[in-house]
Amino acid sequence: MTITEKPQQQYKVIGTRPIRHDGLEKVTGRAVYGADVKFPGLLWGAVLRSPHAHARIKKLDVSKAAKMPGVFAVMTGADLVDLESKLVDMGEEIDNLAYTTKKLMADDKVVYKGHPVAAVAAVDLNTAQEALKLIAVAYEPLPVVLTVEEAMAPGAPLVLDDLVGEHLTGEARNTNIAKHTRYEFGDTAKGFARAAVTVERTFKLTMVHQGYIEPQNATAQWNQDGKLTVWTSTQGAFNVRDAVASILKMPESNIRVIPLEIGGGFGGKIPIYLEPVAAVLARKAGRPVKLVMDRKSVFEATGPTPGGTIRVKVGADSAGNITAAEADLRYEAGAYPGSPVGAGAQCIFAPYRLPNSRIDAYDVVVNKPKTAAYRAPGATQAAFAMESVVDEVAERLGIDPLEFRLRNASREGDRRADGPIFPRIGNVQVLQAAKRSAQWNAPLGAPSAPHKKRGRGVANGFWFNGGMKSSCNLAVNKDGTVAMVEGSVDIGGTRASIAMQAAEVLGIPAEDVHPTVGDTDTVGQTDVTGGSRTTFATGYAAYLAATNVVKQMMGRAAKLWEIDESGIEFKDGTFFSKSDPELRLTFKQVAEKLDETGGPLSATGTVNMRGAGGAFSTQIADVEVDTETGKVDVLRWTVVQDVGKAIHPAYVEGQMQGGAAQGIGWALNEEYFWDDKGNMHNSSFLDYRMPTALDLPKIETVLVEVPNPNHPYGVRGVGEAPIVAPVAAIANALRDALGTRFTETPMKPSRVLAAIKGGTLDGAATAASSNGASRRGRR
Amino acid sequence: MTTEPRSVNVRLTVNGTPREAAVPVYRTLVDLLRYDLGLTGTKEACGVGVCGACTVVVNGNLTASCITLAFKADGATVETVEGMARDGELHPLQASFIEHGGFQCGACTPGQLVAAKALLDSNPEPTEDEVRRWMSGNLCRCTGYAQILDAIVKATAAREA
Repeated sequence: MTITEKPQQQYKVIGTRPIRHDGLEKVTGRAVYGADVKFPGLLWGAVLRSPHAHARIKKLDVSKAAKMPGVFAVMTGADLVDLESKLVDMGEEIDNLAYTTKKLMADDKVVYKGHPVAAVAAVDLNTAQEALKLIAVAYEPLPVVLTVEEAMAPGAPLVLDDLVGEHLTGEARNTNIAKHTRYEFGDTAKGFARAAVTVERTFKLTMVHQGYIEPQNATAQWNQDGKLTVWTSTQGAFNVRDAVASILKMPESNIRVIPLEIGGGFGGKIPIYLEPVAAVLARKAGRPVKLVMDRKSVFEATGPTPGGTIRVKVGADSAGNITAAEADLRYEAGAYPGSPVGAGAQCIFAPYRLPNSRIDAYDVVVNKPKTAAYRAPGATQAAFAMESVVDEVAERLGIDPLEFRLRNASREGDRRADGPIFPRIGNVQVLQAAKRSAQWNAPLGAPSAPHKKRGRGVANGFWFNGGMKSSCNLAVNKDGTVAMVEGSVDIGGTRASIAMQAAEVLGIPAEDVHPTVGDTDTVGQTDVTGGSRTTFATGYAAYLAATNVVKQMMGRAAKLWEIDESGIEFKDGTFFSKSDPELRLTFKQVAEKLDETGGPLSATGTVNMRGAGGAFSTQIADVEVDTETGKVDVLRWTVVQDVGKAIHPAYVEGQMQGGAAQGIGWALNEEYFWDDKGNMHNSSFLDYRMPTALDLPKIETVLVEVPNPNHPYGVRGVGEAPIVAPVAAIANALRDALGTRFTETPMKPSRVLAAIKGGTLDGAATAASSNGASRRGRR
Repeated sequence: MTTEPRSVNVRLTVNGTPREAAVPVYRTLVDLLRYDLGLTGTKEACGVGVCGACTVVVNGNLTASCITLAFKADGATVETVEGMARDGELHPLQASFIEHGGFQCGACTPGQLVAAKALLDSNPEPTEDEVRRWMSGNLCRCTGYAQILDAIVKATAAREA
């Protein structure tokens, strides 16, 4: 269902559902993904990984492996440390780069289990793996810190000896707190003093993974002229190029990164893991080298999204207006600084208009893999805490949860708690659409068995969306079609959404624009496919390029008609003379005459976008709990979201459904299961349970179109916002079903069962959950 | 440790074509298909036979090729995603996946298609619930399954029409 804010311009292509240009390749198995590449003389690489979460490397001897028949190259952290030492005195960036190289391969210390220690290139994968067994490493295990509480405790073992923390008091050493940020507005003490109801709770989350189907991979080959080519599965070819250039200390222009089809990313394929390793091994071996991760390595040594602890306190007056809110977010960065706690802090209060607020955010290093972006990074954790507390405040006041959210909803012109003023946003429209949605107005229904209980929950979520740099080239073919090369890797149909925007301008069918994802030598700088930015920013680049094409084509028509360009108009794919109705030529007809009117015609569009326009996604969860097993079934689910303008509505719906599905998995099943030594015990798809087709209902979608004024078609990002609300929506539904408020993820059967029996998983008493307030007035 | 593992000759029929390869005994069927026969449509994602990305049909049975040793397929008939389109005609499922947005990144798609085809071959008119149950062996992380299941159900409708 699509709800449009006001009647919009009629489009020919935008808003339709053409088939995607890469569809045929992908259903026939012909699409080439990173692991599919093959070259003459190709070697296989394998990585030796630390069995300890924290240890000093006392000895590392690769000599036996190097001598093994079939082995062509061996590398260790020493191959990167030399490069690092050349980078002294480059300021703050040194530390980041130093950590990047140390993350790729340890120097004298490993700081998470799975940390690369050495790598081998050999004739085949089996030989490379056998060679790893010949590498002798002596470790001296060190005490591990695994939670933010452990890491922040006085006298905690240091994850990084050289970390310089940015604290409110200035630089700090001997700390695991990499950064402490605070946002303050108004006076929360005064605000809480005015509150009739105040709720304060602490929430704990555990690390989860993006769970993309395709593991990381990289293949590298050096040319005779010293140039390097890298084939990889990445969300951003240019970012890989720039990072590899920094690490290998070579000019960016000497590296060509060719992004192959990518089997999912969700943020996890923004960082580099294998590319520099493949490059170093290939240089040493003098042959191309390919590396492909196995699933265990993907779990243990790529970038999941953090666990952590979040405390939220919200007060509201008796009329239901929030008077103050405070949040304290502590996120596990993993072994190196850089958790998404900053984004979590900026998003946590975004759905609300707050007169007084304070937010503290701590980025804390622990002996776990360095976290990476995961779809609206940091916001889902924050929303779990905030939306649970908001729900409880509404419940205590006896106000319908959607009505309470509407009453306090942030609107255009409001100040977000961390400072920015909201531009045009669709928060209120989304909440209103949720109130009108079929699910919200349908009865929950009776449980399917006497030992089952049902509940309904709602939650709201915000994500900023991104802008940034994008490039797009168009060349007109003489048959009237247009070749497009754009710089954004296509993870979920953006070839189509970008091509459609060009087609709309050109007045031709989407099928007549032929998109190709460019590499770093064929298209201008383009930032990652991330931040829900691609259809917005790269689409804008395509729009600009297409606008330029139209202008040039007008010149060609003017030549054909021997009239001045100013006398020509272009509408619905046809050029026509303003004065002579006889003079009409379609886009295709002008294209056929290119050779007679000046030859080839091409255009480029480049942007560095701001003003992405944030998105709100309100979600409604109906669940049924089996009180004998603790299993939670999702009966019905609706995602209501402001999508700006849906270029390809089916793909927008797909993003909303996919985001909600990941959030549901996060809420109910997914977790890194750790022991006290920092070993993950469920590093396979067998034990890390992602939702299957049986675990999800058909997720319903309501597209609310509140156009973004900063885009010609009103586009705002849609990919990330839908993962923000689900965890909180499930928690609120469980509260409705059981009367228990869950404050930890995942809400797995054992935890739910423990709560039903009046305890917690750890055996402690249940957190006070109810003041006996009556159920909300909705039903 | 440096002893060369024993090599075995595997003869099999893949998508109707006789193929042959000499492979080490430890070679998995997915690697045989991908790296010895060049059929990279079949993907390996979990390595433990639970995600469905490597699904192929061996002698009529759905098989996780990542936990099947290649030599066990000696003499077998194997069908992969590359064999679904015949004489330039897409299988109705392939057309339906494109038409109804049955994939986003496409990495699980070959396995989804092979599994769905096996369902329709044995049960041409499955109910929506039967489709959901059958397809629960194939993980997709992008779609939330709605558009995949929709594509399969509509493919059966298309076949009936």
